[in-house]
Amino acid sequence: MILRYEVSGEDLSLAGRASAEVKRAMGRLGVEPADVKRTAVAMYEAEINMAIHGGGGLAEAELNSEKIVITMEDEGPGISDLNLAMQEGYSTASERIREMGFGAGMGLPNIKRNADEFFIDSSPGKGTKLKITVYFGKKEAV
Amino acid sequence: MNGDSFHSVTLDTQKCKGCTTCIRYCPTEAIRVRKGKAYILDERCIDCGECIRVCPNGAKKAVYDPLSAIEQFAVRVAIPAPTLYGQFDEHFSVNRILGALLKIGFTDIFEVARAAELVSDETASFISKAGPGPWISSACPAVVKLLQLRFPSLLDRLVPVVSPMEAAARIVKERLYPGRNDVGVFFISPCAAKVTVSRNPQGVASSAVDGVIAIKDVYLPIRNVLPYVQERPIATASAKGMAWAHIEGESEALALPKAISVAGIHDIIGVFEALENGKMKDISFIEALACPAGCVGGPLTVENPYIARARIRALEKHPQENHTKETENIELAFSSVLKASSGLRLSPDRVKAMLIFEEAEIILESLPGLDCGSCGAPSCRAFAEDVAKGDVALTACIFKLRENVRKLAQELILIESIQPPGLDTSDADDSI
Ligand SMILES: Nc1ncnc2c1ncn2[C@@H]1O[C@H](COP(=O)(O)OP(=O)(O)OP(=O)(O)O)[C@@H](O)[C@H]1O
Ligand code: SF4
Ligand SMILES: [Mg+2]
Repeated sequence: MILRYEVSGEDLSLAGRASAEVKRAMGRLGVEPADVKRTAVAMYEAEINMAIHGGGGLAEAELNSEKIVITMEDEGPGISDLNLAMQEGYSTASERIREMGFGAGMGLPNIKRNADEFFIDSSPGKGTKLKITVYFGKKEAV
Repeated sequence: MNGDSFHSVTLDTQKCKGCTTCIRYCPTEAIRVRKGKAYILDERCIDCGECIRVCPNGAKKAVYDPLSAIEQFAVRVAIPAPTLYGQFDEHFSVNRILGALLKIGFTDIFEVARAAELVSDETASFISKAGPGPWISSACPAVVKLLQLRFPSLLDRLVPVVSPMEAAARIVKERLYPGRNDVGVFFISPCAAKVTVSRNPQGVASSAVDGVIAIKDVYLPIRNVLPYVQERPIATASAKGMAWAHIEGESEALALPKAISVAGIHDIIGVFEALENGKMKDISFIEALACPAGCVGGPLTVENPYIARARIRALEKHPQENHTKETENIELAFSSVLKASSGLRLSPDRVKAMLIFEEAEIILESLPGLDCGSCGAPSCRAFAEDVAKGDVALTACIFKLRENVRKLAQELILIESIQPPGLDTSDADDSI
């Protein structure tokens, strides 16, 4: 089954809704708690990035009994140096964003750590696309 | 009553008017109104008492033991929650309140606040060994059940230490009256959830508590005798244990840096959502109490929670320090693992659950999204799930019913316009 959500780039108080919905759905289906947690962490970080850095976009979660594949796509400023962005501690977040408790530069590395498969594509001026896959019944959340 | 599905929180069908107030406040969507009466889904109820607090007709109640239950025992030990101390006027000391318990039929007393001191030390020592947090307090049974039901991935964050109630009951049975079978231990309770766990305990195989009596049931008997009770030393608990009655008390007792305290089940859910998303990594400890302001706001209390808290805060300023040895080496660790509950699953079979989920999404699209509650479900979405599961018919939605009636009416008009063939003169001119 496929769940689709719009992620707002304007209202940060709404960021996290899409991942909360996906988490709720996984609970209804009885997905193992550790897998719910891994998915929640990865999708939440991606959603926050999309809202803060990407100007909002579309989130899609495709679920079957073995795995969940999450695709997050925005048409924001994109990332010029992906290797740098993937490093722990690297962040371009503004002072205002940091005051809100984001901007430690841990989001992307955290997504990668919690996903079984992770794919990111980004080009400056065009936008950013993430694909996160979590297989059920495999490993512990980190 | 003692099966796995026992809940203290129940419905008084005589008083319930089917008003649907409670269904919106239930944090786990565990209530439906069917056939004009509220109905609690056992597998979802966490005994938080929200429905008891909001029911305008007093139809939601907690089941607990009557004061007369103590009569079955020769030795009747009261283990009062510290919340009891905040129920009476400031000029009644803890010693006099405890003295009053002895006047109304109990033969001995052990303060839960005293046990809370031990539980605090055990918790602090567990956390210092167990490594980085956040660790979640297991003191509130409603919070533990919330984790089992809605946040099972956080169960391994629970501090595996028994509650002060359980610790107090063990001290009475193992140290004060070892080897006796004529001893009854009664928790004097602000809490409905504690009634449930005294029968179906969390983290231990069986409870040492024999009965749970509501603070509101002993309130009047105590108040009636209080003026005649002399001051004499009975209390042994310090500020550290007493403070457990209200939010921030446990955190203060643990004295851990970077602890957070949250009271009220809806705010607790917000904190757990964030925790499940991987936030709050630098927090050491989460104290979470389901009731407003903590146990002082429990559904079985009499006094306003904030007044009760202020009184207990005042008592904490002149604490008793009279520690006894009988509390040493009492086992406080959990002996069994807490399991996730399946109460929110749509079906035990994941593929089937997925079909139901998708069906519910389609049904939801067709509903008005008003969450009006007249179908008896807390939201259109919960209703859509109930319909998809086959628990209730779609026409229980008043708007769907109206749609059906309109269709029916249109069909009727259509049928009405059809003439018997002999009388049918329409289009007669053209057809000839
Ligand atoms: N969707 C996106 N669009 C544009 N830039 C992005 C996007 N996602 C991440 N980035 C860039 O990559 C950097 C690193 O992202 P990462 O999530 O690791 O850290 P952060 O968001 O800055 O901080 P944290 O996630 O710890 O709050 C960001 O600071 C930003 O410059
Ligand atoms: S806060 Fe206290 S009284 Fe309320 S449910 Fe939890 S343990 Fe019981
Ligand atoms: Mg980020």
